[in-house]
Amino acid sequence: MSQYVLRRLLIAIPTLLVISLVIYAILALAPGDPLAEFAANPAVPPYVRENIKHALGLDQVWYVRYFKWLTAFFQGEWGYSFASKSPVIDLIKQRLPQTLWVVGVAYLFSILIAVPIGILSAVKQYSLFDQIATTIAFIGFSVPTFFTGLLFILLFSIRLRWLPFIYDSNLVVHDLNTFIQQIKQMAMPVAVLTLFQSASVARFMRSSMLDNLPLDYVRTARAKGLHERMVIMRHVLSNSLIPVVTLIALGIPTVFAGAIITEQIFRVNGLGELLVRSIRSSDTPVVMILTFIFAILVVLFNLLADILYGVLDPRIRYS
Amino acid sequence: MRLASTSRRRVAAFGLLFVLVVPLMAACGGPSTPAAQTTAEPVAQTTAAPSGGGTQATPATAEQATTAPAEQPTQASAEQPTAAPSSGGGQKGGTLKMLYWQAPTGLNGHQGNGTKDLEASGVILEPLASWTPEGVPVARLAAEIPTVENGGVSKDLMTTTWKLKPGIKWSDGSDFSADDVVFTWKYCSDPATACVSLTNFEPIDKAEAVDKNTVKITWKQPNPNFYISFVGYSGYILQQKQFADCVGAKAATCPANNSPIGTGPYKLKDFKPGDSVTYEKNPLYRDADKVGFDTVEIKGGGDAASAAQAVFETGDVDYAWNLQVQKAVLEQIMQGGKANLDAPPGPSVERIEINFANPDPALGDKRAEPDQPHPILSDIRVRQALSLAIDRKTLAEQLYGPLGDPTCNILTAPPDIVSHNTKCDQDIEKAKQLLDEAGWKMNDATGVREKDGKPLVLSYQSSINALRQNEQALVKQDWAKIGVTANLRAIDGGVFFSSDAGNPDTYGHFFADVEMYTSSPSGPDPTTYYDGWTCAQMSQKSNNWNFNNNNRYCNKDYDALVDQLHKEVDPAKRKELFIKLNDKIVGDVVNIPLVARKTTPNGVSKDLQGPKNNPWDSSLWNIAEWHK
Repeated sequence: MSQYVLRRLLIAIPTLLVISLVIYAILALAPGDPLAEFAANPAVPPYVRENIKHALGLDQVWYVRYFKWLTAFFQGEWGYSFASKSPVIDLIKQRLPQTLWVVGVAYLFSILIAVPIGILSAVKQYSLFDQIATTIAFIGFSVPTFFTGLLFILLFSIRLRWLPFIYDSNLVVHDLNTFIQQIKQMAMPVAVLTLFQSASVARFMRSSMLDNLPLDYVRTARAKGLHERMVIMRHVLSNSLIPVVTLIALGIPTVFAGAIITEQIFRVNGLGELLVRSIRSSDTPVVMILTFIFAILVVLFNLLADILYGVLDPRIRYS
Repeated sequence: MRLASTSRRRVAAFGLLFVLVVPLMAACGGPSTPAAQTTAEPVAQTTAAPSGGGTQATPATAEQATTAPAEQPTQASAEQPTAAPSSGGGQKGGTLKMLYWQAPTGLNGHQGNGTKDLEASGVILEPLASWTPEGVPVARLAAEIPTVENGGVSKDLMTTTWKLKPGIKWSDGSDFSADDVVFTWKYCSDPATACVSLTNFEPIDKAEAVDKNTVKITWKQPNPNFYISFVGYSGYILQQKQFADCVGAKAATCPANNSPIGTGPYKLKDFKPGDSVTYEKNPLYRDADKVGFDTVEIKGGGDAASAAQAVFETGDVDYAWNLQVQKAVLEQIMQGGKANLDAPPGPSVERIEINFANPDPALGDKRAEPDQPHPILSDIRVRQALSLAIDRKTLAEQLYGPLGDPTCNILTAPPDIVSHNTKCDQDIEKAKQLLDEAGWKMNDATGVREKDGKPLVLSYQSSINALRQNEQALVKQDWAKIGVTANLRAIDGGVFFSSDAGNPDTYGHFFADVEMYTSSPSGPDPTTYYDGWTCAQMSQKSNNWNFNNNNRYCNKDYDALVDQLHKEVDPAKRKELFIKLNDKIVGDVVNIPLVARKTTPNGVSKDLQGPKNNPWDSSLWNIAEWHK
């Protein structure tokens, strides 16, 4: 097993290098100008823009810039954003709390809600509960987050005035009052995301349970006289959770990528919003670091998911 | 036994998953307190520390500082966490909440990345003088505005002397002096600094500190536009001590860029680039007791329409900047009634620029080069017809509503230099007549005019923007009425407005017959604006399409008028020339002005007093006077 892990980690390194090269090439060769904002400013004629470009090192060929970036990266210098002239690592540190508070909690909630729903739907297959749960799951999955988001804002913020719709990232939680504030401003984005994400987990849980319920060992357990609840919760669930757990592990990197649309609508200003804005303004240093981090997370969590699978399922053995 | 051991393994596996996930959430996302504190404290410390020690004026600052910091922390912590703003109105203090849907990403106006950064830095930094909405300078750090009458400007226009207000202090306690002004000039005129406001400092030959409170500027040539430097948002004064190591190539990565020390009514408390800026009252500001709020927050992100909702409908914010929203949506939101739209007329004109060079792709390298005249648009009658066919009134009313008025002029502000000599009512019959005269005969079968077998088809490009696409559709309809076919093209804004020499879709390359966008003069004096249509400024391959004259318009009479403008010193005669130049451009149909866009439409809460939107300066130019 340890040999397997080591081998996977060693293969990950050239994989990540190739990923970084491809991303850099795409960003460099794609049209777009980090200084396009200045077109609207008559006081900044094009030759001043050229000057700024030269100062940012953008007038060199892309592969030269890539090697410079790579060497700087390994020396621990992760670059400065073109837009805000601040170190990229500071930007990420500032935004990570927002993303994890909102998107991370939404992910947690969606798992906590989806797993019981999936179990019940499978155990009481085709019952009223199952029909309703399935319908809601399909609606939640099909309706895009920007629609549900805007709907929630219209209803809860503008009509009912119950919840704020501008996320205050400077809110410091130090007493009950501020904690309630934090919950209030998180409520809508978390609800939107949970509605969207729990659908797929619930369906997956349900089908995994349905795969296991007709198996022989379940019949044996019932024949032994075990309580139905013991049969489901101790035996069937444990086996059904194996693929779901790996699915959840694979989904964790998406938490860090943030929920781009939801972050935009509610002004949560986390990593997703940073990524999208940087791509649109061709802010290469930020995009490189963010996508590279996501690539590392995906590779690592893939490995984790595979290990978990092997640990949980004794039938799987890695050489 | 076997059952127990496998179940234990499962428990262990779950434990593993929990152990990974929960601390991940808790450590980074859990209590936002440590994260917030670590970002807030260092910023507070860097500004507090210099005032505590190191500067010569320690006894004085200690005396001044003892009263202020004692009040500051308690007030700040009391105001901060409450989401309900202190709208129990009328008194001083409280928090001003502003929403800039394009979030500020930088706080050094000279390294900014757009208007939003210029505005955010203007809360902290100050220029020597600001422009009022009427286009007249008003003194900020200066004691008075230099003019020829009061001797501040020499009669030969070669020098300008600014007298500074005495006793001004930076927010860290050190003294503001003429050295800081001279330093700002040095900082910005170094090309390696890549200062955004470079053109505002270029005419200066040297700036010197005659004494602690006097700066003498010597120009390279007699300069009738002597307010071009140090006035408005291109003239923020930087503290020499803070930025001394940031000149030249080091400017881009300087940490001071995002925590500038200023002389303004507020100083920086916390900055999250692209997300929010928090300012607190500057106790060392020269009129600190008149400042209306204890803290100011600028929140960014999202879109303009929801920003409008926040100020008009829910009152969650007091001020929302630049509400570029479609008229139908905006008017509905404005019915929320909690705010007013502050959108005065301004100098920005949405116009269709005419290409005087031939953008035919068959020309290869010579495409849109100045020596390839346009086969259709070189004829003034065709250009006039195109202008006469457009129904500007409907376009402005339907698409811009409160955000724009139809216009015939390329120069629309300040009011005393707006020409009344131009007319542009829609006249379809006259347009048809002109085209007939020009030899373009209507082909009744196709509905398109033809000459020598070639149809009158024009390529019409603009940036991707719902409003612009609607404008293009309306213009296309109007032109179809006179037998002109327009092929519309929309290019991503980031590409269209880029200065990328390799990309054929930029507005500089102008590989189309006509293109539409907005431009404006950079200040109340439009000299550089008019320079942008001279022969010397023609954009072409040899200069990487980096110059301002995208039209490739070259007219000796026009150039002569511009030369005259550069030499004219009498203000009244200059105003006449401004009008004459506008009439020449419009008369020659170098471009087709469509809509005079109102200055960035800001939503201002009815409780908020003081904001006066300003076409020539930052919207926050007088934030020191704002109060509830």
